[in-house]
Amino acid sequence: MPKRTDIHKILIIGSGPIIIGQACEFDYSGTQGCKALREEGYEVVLVNSNPATIMTDPDLGNRTYIEPISPQVLEKIIEIEKPDCLLPTLGGQTALNNAVALAENGILERHGVELIGAKLEAINKAEDRELFKEAMNRINLQVPRSGYARSVDEAMNIIKEVGFPAIIRPSFTLGGTGAGTAYNREEFPDVVRWGLECSPCHTVLIEESVLGWKEFELEVMRDLADNVVIICSIENFDPMGVHTGDSITVAPAQTLTDKEYQAMRDASIDIIREIGVETGGSNIQFAVNPKDGRMVVIEMNPRVSRSSALASKATGFPIAKIAAKLAVGFTLDEIRNDITRVTPASFEPTIDYCVVKIPRWAFEKFPGSDSTLGTQMKSVGEAMSIGRTFKEALQKGLRSLEIDRFGFGADGKDTYVFQHQLVFEDPQDSSYQDPSASYLKEEIIEKLKRPNPDRIFYIRYALQIGLSIQDIYQYTKIDPWFLVNLAEIVDMEYQLRNVKKDVVEWIREDQKIVGV
Amino acid sequence: MNNSILNTIIRKPAVLILEDGAVFRGRAFGAVGEAGGEVVFNTSMTGYQEVLTDPSYYGQIVTMTYPLIGNYGVNEEDVESSKIQVAGFIVKEISQIPSNWRSTRSLEEWMLSQHIVGLCGVDTRALVRKLRTYGVMRGVISTEDGTEADIHAKIDAVPSMIGADLVRSVTTNESYRWKDRLHPTYHSKIFTKSANPLCVLAFDFGIKQNILRHLTERGCEVHVVPAYTDADEIRALQPDGIFLSNGPGDPEPVTYAIHTIQQLLGSYPIFGICLGHQVLGLALGGTTYKLKFGHRGANQPVKHLKSGKIDITSQNHGFCVDMESIRDKKVEVTHINLNDNTVEGLESRELRCFSVQYHPEASPGPYDAAHHFDRFVRMMTGDKDE
Repeated sequence: MPKRTDIHKILIIGSGPIIIGQACEFDYSGTQGCKALREEGYEVVLVNSNPATIMTDPDLGNRTYIEPISPQVLEKIIEIEKPDCLLPTLGGQTALNNAVALAENGILERHGVELIGAKLEAINKAEDRELFKEAMNRINLQVPRSGYARSVDEAMNIIKEVGFPAIIRPSFTLGGTGAGTAYNREEFPDVVRWGLECSPCHTVLIEESVLGWKEFELEVMRDLADNVVIICSIENFDPMGVHTGDSITVAPAQTLTDKEYQAMRDASIDIIREIGVETGGSNIQFAVNPKDGRMVVIEMNPRVSRSSALASKATGFPIAKIAAKLAVGFTLDEIRNDITRVTPASFEPTIDYCVVKIPRWAFEKFPGSDSTLGTQMKSVGEAMSIGRTFKEALQKGLRSLEIDRFGFGADGKDTYVFQHQLVFEDPQDSSYQDPSASYLKEEIIEKLKRPNPDRIFYIRYALQIGLSIQDIYQYTKIDPWFLVNLAEIVDMEYQLRNVKKDVVEWIREDQKIVGV
Repeated sequence: MNNSILNTIIRKPAVLILEDGAVFRGRAFGAVGEAGGEVVFNTSMTGYQEVLTDPSYYGQIVTMTYPLIGNYGVNEEDVESSKIQVAGFIVKEISQIPSNWRSTRSLEEWMLSQHIVGLCGVDTRALVRKLRTYGVMRGVISTEDGTEADIHAKIDAVPSMIGADLVRSVTTNESYRWKDRLHPTYHSKIFTKSANPLCVLAFDFGIKQNILRHLTERGCEVHVVPAYTDADEIRALQPDGIFLSNGPGDPEPVTYAIHTIQQLLGSYPIFGICLGHQVLGLALGGTTYKLKFGHRGANQPVKHLKSGKIDITSQNHGFCVDMESIRDKKVEVTHINLNDNTVEGLESRELRCFSVQYHPEASPGPYDAAHHFDRFVRMMTGDKDE
């Protein structure tokens, strides 16, 4: 299918001011999209309230509006510019929400503006929890089990399906008041009773807990001919419970067999079709129970996301650029692969390296904020690195964070330096820690249990004081595969220290012989 | 000093030497010893267990372009034949532990138990670049302390792929009935099912078990027969359809099967995969040739010429049907590879046969092309459209 000739002018909405969770990645995708559409001869009208973006540079759009991003302002711009269509999938959640508002208020229809990339129905199906759950049921995919209860009796019935541990969320309360987790049948009724009391409508949602499960993401692209390709799989180092934006993430997925990966790939293809994202990229998140492999769908972003930017850089497949071209009617095989320059974009990148993304936090800039990581994103940036092994990529990433660390410890910046790792220093020196000190163990375990920006370094200390991989897994739920790789780095450090010791002793011997 | 966290084994130095004299140094894993074969690379990021047990790799030393191998160990289910088929295995990094709920043991233990020589710590990127530039070549992996000159002599003893009939080495000696179906957890799609059992005779040129599982799943009663079964024996069994399997090496020397298929063409619906596709191409009067470095991986884009639909496919072949050679043979090229425009599928409606060069059974790889099995079933049940 060639590109559409019935459209000429395309409106693109940017993501506005830089906030946590919505930063330069959407400038990156918006800029790519503008360039791709102009390259095809379309006129691009750009709206972004943030003048400090690349996309608002004078040459990028044919017309650039630096105005607040709100339905009212957008309507005025539509009135002036009369675009043929609106591409809402490149400017993050802000752009998507505003496009939904414009569509639902009938503004788009009134001005004859077509939504391209994702239609209103698809956006709603992906964003509305209930509609999403129904859609997943239709294609035989599981979501975390859940049900609403109005009494303890009802709750007892629901829990049979849901299983423990379960999260109890009262409906219509602010800030999660009355929410709790029940681990067994004994404490469950009390948690439910308290939840019911807190809810003004006396209703609680009982949901299967997927905390500590393995978390995966797939980046998917679809064209108007219904070709679907997977650009990248991502495995989160930090398990479910830590926001993806606050997780160390790794591409490609490391601990799935081919059968499991293909099942996830098939699920993603079914999801993008069922939700009805016509063209472009989507990001789909899965949780997998490490005990039995049960896979549940967590959510889908029917737009270019933070992970798309990562996947683009990790694989060399420019998701936003291709998404823009697919939105105007091209099919994947008509677009050239940017890396090979001779083969088409209808392929699945396969890489011979490992990519690690590490979030960068700046809690020092937010005095009084809690550095515990959870379901709300707190990082302000990230470093991405590439290596032939996970260990190499991780260390490069840690070094690139500009947190004054040189890698995974052993750089003179460690919080604890243990007596037994030293080679020449005086072990009696009080600045070195005794690895068997019990208060230390407690301190370290506490840091392992509570996800926090320094947790990765506490895994190092835990390994050094002799906690086993299995122990550390119990405290962190970080997959043993990752933990063993971290242990290998520490082992290498110890080996190097031994070499240093051997060399120095050998020199000392020789010194005696020559009488120095 | 208490200085080691993991009890890492110290691995013996080992070496890969190629026929052009190139030396790649690494460390031994799996069994110790020597292994010779054609050195090829696979670009799948998952699925090493399926790759290692695929009989199409018989006589080859396989290297993975993805550097981290062994991460999820091995299990009892994800096998494509009863044993490891490759001559040797080369990886960048072998995982120290397996981490997966289905894993029953580590890749290394499994290779050791089957006496398969492995080489790790190799700069596999440099190796693959070499094979891409100069084409696949023969080589020997050695974990022994011999000299390089000794190994060079051994490389010359490794047979060339061209003209070698490897099918005889992997085909079954006796016919057998296959019963297992697909793993329900990982194949949830609804398939075309035949109401009555269909008798399929599958020629075993080195068949992957997932092909058999796919056929059984669709209601076929599958009988696997040796590659050298003749046409009279086939007719005596009165099959509803004939399947031609994948297999190792050069299709041209498999003359016995080519001859048999020629006699059966037009009498039964025939479906071929990989080597089976090449054998069908040869039976229809075409020729085959060797590709420079082959297609081995799980991300090969294949276009169905009629519909424009693209499937991302799993592939493993070093030989290919020559498009020109079948141009006037009442055969239609149905699929092409979008990377290099080579033939990926052909059909003859008149003779009720079709075949694909890639692997609709995946394993490893995407399931996009599984619809070919449905088509075969429809062909056998006499669907008008087929």
